Amino acid sequence: MRPAFSVLFLTTLIGAGQGLFITLFFCELLAGATLGSGFFVGGAVLVLVFSSLGGISSVFHLGHPERAWRAMTMWRTSWLAREGIALPAFMAAVFAYGLAHWLNLGHTLAIGTVGVVLAIVLFVCTGMIYGAIKVLKEWAHPLTIVNFIVLGCASGTTLAAAYASFTGPVLAGSLAQAALSLTVLGVLTRAASLWRNATLRPVSTLQTAIGIRHPRIVQKSQGAMGGSYNTREFFHGKSPAFVRGVLLTMLLGAFVLPLLLVLSLPLLAFIVQYLGLLAERWYFFAEAQHPQNLYYQTVG
Amino acid sequence: MSSPIHDPIAPPIPDVATTVKTTTCYMCACRCGIKVHLRDGEVRYIEGNPDHPLNKGVICAKGGSGIMKQYSPARLTKPLRRKPGTERGANQFEEISWDETFDILEKRLSHLRATDPKKFALFTGRDQMQALTGLFARQFGTPNYAAHGGFCSVNMAAGMIYTIGGSFWEFGGPDLERARVFYMIGTAEDHHSNPLKSAIGEFKRNGGRFVAINPVRSGYAAIADEWIPIKPGTDGALILAIIREIIALGLYDREFLARYTNSGQLVNQDQSSQDFGMFVRDPAGDVINPLRPHNFMWWDRHSDRAVADHAKGADPRLQGEYILPDGTPVKPAFQLLKERVADCTPEWAADITGIPADTIKRIAHEMGITARDQKIELPIPWTDWWGEEHETVTGNPVAFHSMRGLAAHSNGFQSIRALAILMSLLGTIDRPGGFRHKAPYPRAIPPNARPSKGPEAVQPNTPLGGAPLGWAETPDDLFVDADGQPVRIDKGFSWEHPLSAHGLMHNVITNAWRGDPYPIDTLLLFMANMAWNSSMNTAQVRDMLTDKNADGGYKIPFIVVCDAFQSETTAFADLILPDTTYLERNDCMSMLDRPISEFDGPVDAVRVPIVAPKGECKPFQEVLVELAGRLKLPAFTTAEGGRKFSGYKDFVINYETAPGSGIGFLTGWRGKDGDQAMRGEPNPKQWEMYEKNGCFFQYHLPPSSQYMRNWNKEYMEWSQQAGLRRDNDPIIIHIYSELLQGFRLAAQGKRPGKQPPDELRERVATYFDPLPFWYAPLEDEQSDLKKYPLNALTQRPMAMYHSWDSQNVWLRQIHTYNYLYVNSATAAAAGIADGGWMWVESQWGKVRCLCRYSEAVEPGTVWTWNAIGKSSGAWNLSKDANESQQGFLLNHLISEELRGQRQGTHISNSDPITGQAAWYDVRVRIYPAEAGEAEHSYPQFESMQPVPGMEPAKQGWLAWFAGKGKNK
Amino acid sequence: MTQLALVIDLNVCVGCHACVTNCKQWNTSGAAGALVDCNPYEAEPNGTFFNRVQTFEVGSFPNTETVHFPKSCLHCEDPACVPVCPTGASYKRKEDGIVLVDYDKCIGCKYCSWACPYGVREFDEQRKVMTKCTLCVDRIYDESLPEERRKPSCVLACPPGARLFGDVHDPDSEVSVAIRERGGYQLMPEAGTNPANHYLPRRKTVIPVRAEELYRSDNPHKIDGAPFDKNLPPTTEELN
Repeated sequence: MRPAFSVLFLTTLIGAGQGLFITLFFCELLAGATLGSGFFVGGAVLVLVFSSLGGISSVFHLGHPERAWRAMTMWRTSWLAREGIALPAFMAAVFAYGLAHWLNLGHTLAIGTVGVVLAIVLFVCTGMIYGAIKVLKEWAHPLTIVNFIVLGCASGTTLAAAYASFTGPVLAGSLAQAALSLTVLGVLTRAASLWRNATLRPVSTLQTAIGIRHPRIVQKSQGAMGGSYNTREFFHGKSPAFVRGVLLTMLLGAFVLPLLLVLSLPLLAFIVQYLGLLAERWYFFAEAQHPQNLYYQTVG
Repeated sequence: MSSPIHDPIAPPIPDVATTVKTTTCYMCACRCGIKVHLRDGEVRYIEGNPDHPLNKGVICAKGGSGIMKQYSPARLTKPLRRKPGTERGANQFEEISWDETFDILEKRLSHLRATDPKKFALFTGRDQMQALTGLFARQFGTPNYAAHGGFCSVNMAAGMIYTIGGSFWEFGGPDLERARVFYMIGTAEDHHSNPLKSAIGEFKRNGGRFVAINPVRSGYAAIADEWIPIKPGTDGALILAIIREIIALGLYDREFLARYTNSGQLVNQDQSSQDFGMFVRDPAGDVINPLRPHNFMWWDRHSDRAVADHAKGADPRLQGEYILPDGTPVKPAFQLLKERVADCTPEWAADITGIPADTIKRIAHEMGITARDQKIELPIPWTDWWGEEHETVTGNPVAFHSMRGLAAHSNGFQSIRALAILMSLLGTIDRPGGFRHKAPYPRAIPPNARPSKGPEAVQPNTPLGGAPLGWAETPDDLFVDADGQPVRIDKGFSWEHPLSAHGLMHNVITNAWRGDPYPIDTLLLFMANMAWNSSMNTAQVRDMLTDKNADGGYKIPFIVVCDAFQSETTAFADLILPDTTYLERNDCMSMLDRPISEFDGPVDAVRVPIVAPKGECKPFQEVLVELAGRLKLPAFTTAEGGRKFSGYKDFVINYETAPGSGIGFLTGWRGKDGDQAMRGEPNPKQWEMYEKNGCFFQYHLPPSSQYMRNWNKEYMEWSQQAGLRRDNDPIIIHIYSELLQGFRLAAQGKRPGKQPPDELRERVATYFDPLPFWYAPLEDEQSDLKKYPLNALTQRPMAMYHSWDSQNVWLRQIHTYNYLYVNSATAAAAGIADGGWMWVESQWGKVRCLCRYSEAVEPGTVWTWNAIGKSSGAWNLSKDANESQQGFLLNHLISEELRGQRQGTHISNSDPITGQAAWYDVRVRIYPAEAGEAEHSYPQFESMQPVPGMEPAKQGWLAWFAGKGKNK
Repeated sequence: MTQLALVIDLNVCVGCHACVTNCKQWNTSGAAGALVDCNPYEAEPNGTFFNRVQTFEVGSFPNTETVHFPKSCLHCEDPACVPVCPTGASYKRKEDGIVLVDYDKCIGCKYCSWACPYGVREFDEQRKVMTKCTLCVDRIYDESLPEERRKPSCVLACPPGARLFGDVHDPDSEVSVAIRERGGYQLMPEAGTNPANHYLPRRKTVIPVRAEELYRSDNPHKIDGAPFDKNLPPTTEELN
């Protein structure tokens, strides 16, 4: 698949926001008393900033953003519609959570619980947008959702550690430890999907694509020579070397460097990890081999 | 689910009605009936006309893209004159009015006509109005006229017409409705495009077997049941081997051969006689037609003596040798054919063609046995020319089709004659399941139109003393002077190419540039891209167009180009005449030219204007009628000296081939009230009546006249009455061509009359063989085959066949540029990567292009799609369009001439019999482009700019929506 | 329940692209239009087409098949593209099974095209909505057209008759009979989409020739004299 940049930003930004919110909730749950409400208000604002940036970014993906509201109508069948509902719902919960802390309205843990549930629902929706596409075998697997959750949480926790290093030093160390653990978990889950995808045997072949059982089939013409939507959308168009570079960037940026940096320089760790996760998301698209590409191999 | 907002069924523009008009397509030479839908005056949809006999409602990729041709920004819209002070080829023009244009032409042409009419040359490309252009040229008095047949497929026309009196495409074709097996040789796409596609589809669905013989598996061959790859230029050897096998096994249709071909006619075998190799004639026999005596002789096997051919109760011996009472040794023609092919064994052909001998035998057996065992008997009584009544029409269901793969070689004529003979041996001519004629064919062998006979035919202010083109029957028909030198600029009908029925357009520019045989003054080109894909040796031809004499004048002083589009060629014009598109004009597919007849009777058709001409575009027909009036050409002028026709429509209604002949351009609705067919007085309402009938006229022959028309008494009498033929004598198939022998005897100095120049005697004597034979293409003799081991071919893809539509937005997306297709193993051995840049080089030139591996081409052949490559900026494409940057022409590798026999002389690179351009003879080698070389095709030419009157090409995007202007 | 569909006969498709441009010309000025063409007269021209003809080479020289392969929306019975659509713009009509896009609802998220395994949806770069084959729904019910012309434009155009159109749920329809009798198959059955469009495979007709068929008692050489090859097999009557 061709990485869609607005989607890259959307998923990484809201993922960090969701992760941060879950972390905030657990901070309140485990050590709420030691922190002032300002920590949570600021945190909620931060979550909203990330979520909003993600939401804004997603608009650039749409041909008709003015009709974006329609995207909620088909929630019975479409994970994209569900995400379209879950994201504002989550943001509303975060807003309420921040407001409750700010105005000291109480019930923050209850609101937080709703927020956490919505964050997880949102993770599942986002993951399932990809995981539900049966023809993309690289995506259609529980690891897709697991990775969206783990990597979002890792990113969010690293962000929390960085945030805490400025606003709640007491927790900074523990959050960094948590970020470290989640990043290590992310290494494991992402490595699992990388290994799975690398060893995946395509179900569809040129033989099934055109229905001719012969071992040697070569396309000579895809029907148009100046390209088409099908040649643009479903293949990254980059060289293998470039793709390997992205993979290396992902491994270093999303995992190795943050692990080295998070304890000492959590803000830098977050920034590096965020960029690494952009690479990770790019690679996530690039490694998905769409079966339609079987029909678009040769210009002639 | 909520209901849709966008109603998928509602009319997109409410309250705007769509109107439908009928006309005839012209996106290629197929000429399907179409229905054009207009919305608010704009073309909304062009569909096949379901009532039309040719296409029965279907339409091709080109026909469906007519809209994008109509609204192309490459349209020329104003008459243009080369800007004074600018050089030809610099593409600098200024607008002038039609009045000025006609003044210029009238002045120049009337001067030429009054002094030396042959200094005016009119050559036309992919037009379908040769009845009019030919008439104009003849009336003008110039011999220098032809259409593009010489570089298209004249071998296919001549090879078959000189053998069976008809040919493929609109002249005749395979009866796939009843055939059981179908052999397609050297054909990828055809000019009889849609009907052939439909027929093959139906044939295959009905379980017919389709065999494709071709170096490349593309086009129709894709769906063949068997593909037999063959080396280019070797088809003749294959066919001769099949003939040998058919004869050896006795799989020929003896009854058919004996009665309907000249197989049994006795040939003089007295080497010392002036008539050696000619048929012996019975002085007491019935000549039937004094212009073409038929008093031949058979050796009757019942009475064992020589008798008049077709004598009652006689049956000719086909084999053996006999002595006539006067002591003359004779052999039946079939015996000579048998002797000719004796050494053409399948093993011999296997070495030449690359086809295993077993395969050759297998297909020979398959065709022979199918013809013999699957006979068709139609319960249709008919009477043959000799009065014998037949209860049924018999057919042998073996069909063939062939085209440029055989034709575009210097050995094409003889290969095609071999094919026509094979078809005859199998008894398949104008019979069900085999080959069937279409009116006006069959015609006499050869048809009666003769070329003019000598320089005296060209006189000032006088129509040409004969036709500019025709069918030579004897050496005396050649268009040569007393020294045997050509009168025509293209050397047509000269000893170099005696039977050049379609002329040699491919040599006109070179000959005129060299002044050989003489310089000309004005060259008028209509719809022919001679500065690009229609010329061999394109780069040098372009130079010739701008080359000057020592006095500073152009070697070709004045060039006029008429076309609807800006092409590579318009840049070389001194005067450009903007033609209309096919949707803007009246036109006819005339019985006098190349109509669209069906097997069961004549069909002709018209075009009528659907939309108004763009800008100042004027149909070329109107230009010719106007010019003919101004020049007072006799056929266009009244006895009082006034103008006879107000315009083209008037001309078509009122023109008759001879005063009172009742034969005109159209055969439908003749007679004052339009109640006569084929022949009748002019009908002032003829156009309206065609329009009312979907723009075509179809005449159904009775079943008893639909078959065996070479020898069918009823048909022959009808066709003579209808004016399709002058005579009604039988058209005996020429298994043995006495006609060719006549030329050979002249070359051997054994006949009185016109003699070839000495240096051409051997050439004529060699190739004018009365029996088919195979020889290596002539270019091979002048090629280092070790250095240039490969053949190179071009063909047109279906979506661009005969249309040259790179200016067409939809079609250019399908074929934007072209690759050279190379057998994967051949390319890999040469170190060329799939998709990589490579060079292909002949002894004449070289081209850099992109390589595409293919398993569907035989290893000794490379090929590409023709005319996809364009010159930068031409056709109003952007300078960096793929057509010019990645597209290429193979033409740069092909020469229009070979070295002549004497030092410094040249001879056309053509078939020595017909002058058919030998495009497919070229030999090449291939090698990879080096790293760091420019990644665009070579050669490149200076970019063209749009000329005045052209619309700017839409940049960025276009979204055609009829009825709302070009951009919704 | 009706399920309209195309059946493409690869046995007779010659790859002429008639279906491609005739689809384009009908639809660009129809209810689904206008279909954009980008860079119409420049480098890399490309545009929205609902139907493409591709070419494949099957096998190795000399046993090569050149297969022309037309491809448009298959109007799946279980379309992957429809349930993923967040707005309901992508829908399958209950009355005839045609899968359509509602251009006024489409937000242009392209998600449907990701879900489709066949690459038959094309995003219109000008209108910014997803487009696809409509089976010429604006033709096939148009009662102002003669009944036999109420078919998709591609079907009407196809010169060799390689495109059939009809209801694949009606066992007696032309398309159902063709599928049943000529080995009709679906593309990528593993995708689980159950395409309504079917393809008919190539079929080979051979005429087997047996040596004993070559020579019959009515061989013309009996009249004409000796053939070259004196070793012809004896005829049946000579054997007896």
